[in-house]
Order: sequence, then structure tokens, then C-alpha cells
Amino acid sequence: MKLLSLIRRNCKIYFKEKGLFFSSLIAPLILFFLFVAFLGDVYRDSLMSILPEGAEVSSRLVEGFAGGWLLSSLLAVSAVSIAFTANMVMVQDKVTDRFSDFAVSPVSQSTLALSYYLSTALVTLMVCCAALAVGFVYLAIVGWYLSVSDVFFILLDLIVLVLFGTALSSIVCRFLKSQGGITAVEAIVSASYGFLCGAYMPISELAKGIANTLMFVPGTYGTSLLHEHFMGGAIDEIGARFSEEYTEAMRGGFDCTLDFFGKSVPEWTCFLVISLSVAALVGVYVLLCAAPWKKKKQ
Amino acid sequence: MNVIEIEHLKKHYGAVKAVDDISFAVGRGEFFAFLGVNGAGKSTTISILCGRLGRDGGSVKIDGLDLDGHLGDVKKRLGVVFQNSVLDLPLSVSDNLRYRASLYGITGAAFLKRQQELTEIFDLKEILRRPVGKLSGGQRRRVDIARALVHEPQILVLDEPTTGLDPQTRKTVWGIVHRLRAEKEMTVFLTTHYMEEATDADRVVILDGGKILADATPNELKNRYTGDYVTFYGVAEEELAALGLPVERTGEGYRISVKDTAAATALILKHPALFRDYEITKGKMDDVFLNVTGKKSEEHL
Repeated sequence: MKLLSLIRRNCKIYFKEKGLFFSSLIAPLILFFLFVAFLGDVYRDSLMSILPEGAEVSSRLVEGFAGGWLLSSLLAVSAVSIAFTANMVMVQDKVTDRFSDFAVSPVSQSTLALSYYLSTALVTLMVCCAALAVGFVYLAIVGWYLSVSDVFFILLDLIVLVLFGTALSSIVCRFLKSQGGITAVEAIVSASYGFLCGAYMPISELAKGIANTLMFVPGTYGTSLLHEHFMGGAIDEIGARFSEEYTEAMRGGFDCTLDFFGKSVPEWTCFLVISLSVAALVGVYVLLCAAPWKKKKQ
Repeated sequence: MNVIEIEHLKKHYGAVKAVDDISFAVGRGEFFAFLGVNGAGKSTTISILCGRLGRDGGSVKIDGLDLDGHLGDVKKRLGVVFQNSVLDLPLSVSDNLRYRASLYGITGAAFLKRQQELTEIFDLKEILRRPVGKLSGGQRRRVDIARALVHEPQILVLDEPTTGLDPQTRKTVWGIVHRLRAEKEMTVFLTTHYMEEATDADRVVILDGGKILADATPNELKNRYTGDYVTFYGVAEEELAALGLPVERTGEGYRISVKDTAAATALILKHPALFRDYEITKGKMDDVFLNVTGKKSEEHL
């Protein structure tokens, strides 16, 4: 009951605090405007450039493919950047000494820490799902190539990525002691995470050294899953006109399948990597919250 | 019967003795004031009392319950108003009360009943649905106290509750606190640097450097650490020379300092002609504090 009440409180503060809500939309909005301004044309052109000479695909298929890239990238970034903003509630509580207030009430530290984690995950999932719903409408208009299983897996990818983003932001925010600090971290995360996880441009297009390094960023595997489930249908449709090798090359070129030091990473491995990362990060968060060394100091 | 019992409490930060072996007790329904400048050890003691901070020695009992092993039950008996408001500014007054109440298991109809009671006591009807961020400082303070009382605690801890408030709001806050004491027989544990706020207390403890320097009623403290003042009106300064005491001009009259009320009475009997229009007042708590600690209270720094 206490946990539910705290989750409700944290979520309500997030949505009532207009600054928090709108700042969490900055990263996805930047990506959307970049897409409208020029990235969309870049993806369309790169698709057209790799088609065999004389081959033709419908504009609906091209739009479905480019839209799939946009949405998968947008959601991959949002799942992490929104989690950082949503965790602002925890930082504000720390900065304004509400932690002391909770400490004099009969609520345990673990319940409080869990409430921040779950409310951040819930808020992030809600905003991402709203973006996903708009994205599905967009794809239905410009070109829908998703199967029922794709939709199911997109939801699953999103949940896992949100849990990952929430755990990562919870750890980072635990160390922040001012609102300025989280604004700075949020700006850095919004600007850099898209590149780090392969959301802004395919990892396969980066220099080999950088591409290999990025394979150690767990978020990359989540982004790849989203790419596959958003764009796989369109790629299969295009590839059906050509060879199987061509389809696989397209998958690799647009990060639907990742290459780990020359070996193709299967989908279940991507799920495993991101899920294990969530478990490890949550473990670190629990350790930080329990903070036995701090208790000794006190 | 004592509701708070602190014995040989110690808290050290390295070589600094924040609380240095202090013992005191607070009776049920008592208005207890804890005075001291910043760093005297007031906040550390309160933090230990509320379970926010560990201790290096001594024991703390609240309503007969030892802090060790009964922290959860102790917290249910305490309502704390911090110096800085801890209300959630984007949320309404009602939401602030609701979420706090739920931490004590007060939900549904029980919460609505309690909210209604608090609305009447603190006159919150007009502001119940308004976001706290849009309320005045005085309104927020009322909500702060209402929130601290949402679970009907036995002890209300007020940590410098009127700092930064205008005199009218201060008066309102104290009016509410005194009414609650009278109606609910609640124990009030106050820390303040407004020395005069302690004048109404049943007991005052003065703390300095982590040690208790004085523990008595305000009247006892005034008798012990300050004299009385006799202020004369409608007399010339030359006439007062007959008293053979230093005379100080204050506004419309002249003031002299005497050892106690008995000394003032002796002067009246000896020089009745001078006592045409006069008043005898006790020394102020500021004077008590100054004489006990040798420091000026922060109010006057």
C-alpha cells in the first residue's frame, strides 16, 4: 500500500511538473525534427543506393522502411533519456531534503528506493507507449509492414529497454546532489546516447574500432532488437525480390543484426545481453540504496 | 508521566562532540522548548530522537518504547515540522495530506474523515484543491503542520517552525499549536532561536556545545538568570537620581534594573512619590540566554 502510494505520488509530481514532462520530450523531438529535416532523406537515399541497378520498390515500402528506422531510433533513445528526466523526482526529493522527511515516517529505505525505480519505469513506459501509438498511426499511413509478432516483440523490446534506462538513470541519479547536475547529465545523455547505442546512424557505417567498442554498450543490443522488429518486415519485403544474401546484407547494414568481432549476434543473445544488463544494474542500484558503508559512517 | 526520556545521549563527529552526555525528560502534554544557537546540538538531538541519525551512546525512550528495536512504532508517535517546508509544490494540499496519510496506513474513508478534521482545524477549505506552489508562506506552514498531524501523533516536533514567517503568520501558527495542545493534550517539542517563543513553554532546556546549561521553567530561568525592570513614566530623570541606581531612557520613560520583584517592592515602599505611573517587568528570555551561554541569540546577531 505504501509502495503504491509512493509510486502514485512520484508519477503525479512528474506529470504535474510541466518543466519535467516537457524536458523529457526534448530528445525524441530533436530526433523527430532531424528526421523531418534531413535524416529521413538520408535513410531513403541510402536504401535506394544499395538496391541493385534497375530495381524498383514502391514509395510506400521506402517510407515504411525509413519510418521504421525513425521509430526504432526514437524509442531506443527515449527509453533512456526520459528515464533520466523522470528520475528528477528522486533528485529533487534529495536536494530539497524530503529524504529526511521520509526518514521520520514509517517507510523503509528499500520501499522508497523501489518506489523511485518503479515510478520512473512506469512514467518512461507511459511516455514511450504514447510515442509508440503515434508512431504506429504514422506507419499505418505511410507504409505498414509489421506483423502481429513484430508488434508483440516491439512492446517487449520497449519494456526491457525502459527497465534498462531506468536502472542506468537510477544509479547515475543516486550520485547527483543538485538540479543543475541532473540537467547537465540529461543534456549529455540526450546528446550522446543516440550515437552510443546506434540510434542516430547505423553502427555498421562507423569505423571498425568505434563499431567494435560500441558492441560493449548494452543499449546497442536493445536498439538492434527494435530495428529488427520495426524494419524486418520492410526488409523482408524488399529482399523477397532479390536474394537471401541481399536481405541478410541489408539487415547487417541497418543494424537489424549486429556483428560482434566477425560473428553475427542472434536475436535471443541480444535479449540476453540487455536482460542481464538490467539485472546487473538493478543489483548495483540495490547495493547503492542499502549503502552499508554510509550507515556505518552515521 | 514522561513521554520522552533521554539519558546520557552522546553523538560525536570525530573530535567534535555534537551531543555530549545529555539527559532530560519531557512530560506528556508538556510544551517543551529546546534553545541554542546553530551548532549547539539541537538538530542532532532531534535527528536522533526521530530515528534519522544513529547515536554513540545513551538511550532514548519515546512513550516507554526504546528507540532500538521499536523505531517503527516510535515514528508513528511523532509528527515533525521541519524548518524548511517539505511539501510537494506541484501537488494539491489534499494530495500532500493523502500521500502522507497513506504512509501511516490511513486511506479511503478514514483519510477523508481525518482530512475533514484537519480542514476545520487549519481552515484549509479554500485551498484544499490548490497546488501548494501557489500558496503563501503562511498557508504552506499551516499545511506543513496539518500534514505532520495527519496520523494524530502524540508528540509534535517543531524544528524552528516560524523562521522566515511574518509576525502575523507566526501568531496564527502559535494560535493553532496552543489550541491543539489545549484540546488534544499533545506534547510539543520546540526548537527555536526566537527566544520569546519559549516564554510560553512549560519547560526550557538551553543547550550549548552539546551540553545542557540550563533546564527549568521560563519563570525560574528569568528569576535565576535575569533581574526585573521597573519602568517609570511621567517623572524627570533628576527625580530618579534619588534611587541611586543607573537609569536608562526607553521611549517615553526611564528604566532601572533591580535584582528581583522583592527589590522592586522595597523601592516602591521607600520612594512612593516616584511611583505614579510605572510597570515592573521580568527580564526577557533573550537576557536569560545571554546570561546562560554568554552568547547573543541568533535573532539579534
